[in-house]
Amino acid sequence: MTQVMERDGVVSEEVHVLAVDDSLVDRKVIERLLKISACKVTAVDSGISALQLLGLDEQRTSESDDFVGLKVDLIITDYCMPGMSGYDLLKKIKGSSTFREIPVVIMSSENILPRIDRCLEEGAKDFIVKPVKLSDVKRLKNYMSTATRDVSAAEAGGCSGGGGGGGGGINKRKLSDTTAFDYLSSSPPSISSSITPLSSPSDSSSSPSPSPLSSPIRSLDSPIRRLKMTGAD
Amino acid sequence: MEVGQMQRQWIDYTRSLFIEGFLDAQFLQLEQLQDDNNPDFVVEVVSLFFQDSHKLLNDLTVALDQKSVDFKMVDAHVHQLKGSSSSIGAQRVKNCCIAFRNLCEEQNIDGCLKCLHQVKQECCLVKNKLETLFRLEQQIMAAGGSIPLMELSF
Repeated sequence: MTQVMERDGVVSEEVHVLAVDDSLVDRKVIERLLKISACKVTAVDSGISALQLLGLDEQRTSESDDFVGLKVDLIITDYCMPGMSGYDLLKKIKGSSTFREIPVVIMSSENILPRIDRCLEEGAKDFIVKPVKLSDVKRLKNYMSTATRDVSAAEAGGCSGGGGGGGGGINKRKLSDTTAFDYLSSSPPSISSSITPLSSPSDSSSSPSPSPLSSPIRSLDSPIRRLKMTGAD
Repeated sequence: MEVGQMQRQWIDYTRSLFIEGFLDAQFLQLEQLQDDNNPDFVVEVVSLFFQDSHKLLNDLTVALDQKSVDFKMVDAHVHQLKGSSSSIGAQRVKNCCIAFRNLCEEQNIDGCLKCLHQVKQECCLVKNKLETLFRLEQQIMAAGGSIPLMELSF
């Protein structure tokens, strides 16, 4: 799963994101959000693991050339983690001459202004309030490019959405962002949704099947008509 | 039952889950992340959640059973549960966790115990609801149908 790429090797077209989150559920979601947005993803469960992968952990006496660390274009990390917090990780990355150019985004379930300010002051590119949505990842793509591997990132401030309200310039989740309206296909289901009595589905003729949650194999006989995300804007 | 009927049932059932607050928009986000290359994504994430929550609820039960309750630890567990329930759109579980955290702050043992009971119930409820939903989906696909797209227009 982890890839070791040469520093001077081929720059792939896909941006590579390092995702850090101690929650397995959140890791799975962020990984999928990023992949569907055409990013390569490496997901780890701790700041320490992230530093080890980058080659920035304290085990090394120096960021020596014989260790080829992971090449990443963006680091997205949860704030609240046991051991090393996302904030600590941010400080370590920004404190490194080699890695401080990599944009770091903080995620948190708590919308605490002083926390957001602290992270931005420490050099975080953006702060996302969980749960993370596709619109958040779309926004991240604005400051993700393989060019940041070589060029120092412009101090763009990162937060779209101007200086609205207290706290200065954070793209806080507006009410419209909390719904999925803008992602859903404009074409309504082809089935008319008339109100039918909510009878138990076990009325159906099929034989009892094992709990779907323990055997997640679904029938693939027919194409699943889901909204296809093109990923790019 | 023919496919059209099953699809209508799916629509009504899904709609009821939103109206009754079991699920919120984040669940729809998850559905959008599913495609032909990842046809089981939602079931997988939801399964992970229930594995996770099962452990957390056990840990909470033990923690609240101690002679001297470590509220910091209880809060940490609830925080985790709140986070993961929020990530899958399990709204009622999440809201329960929010109330739970307030009680932790107050160091209210009785309140916490009541809340724990409630959270367990909510997890159980949403698990059953989602199992029913997924079973419906399996039946629709087995019959050669496809899952309708859901819009939050109510």
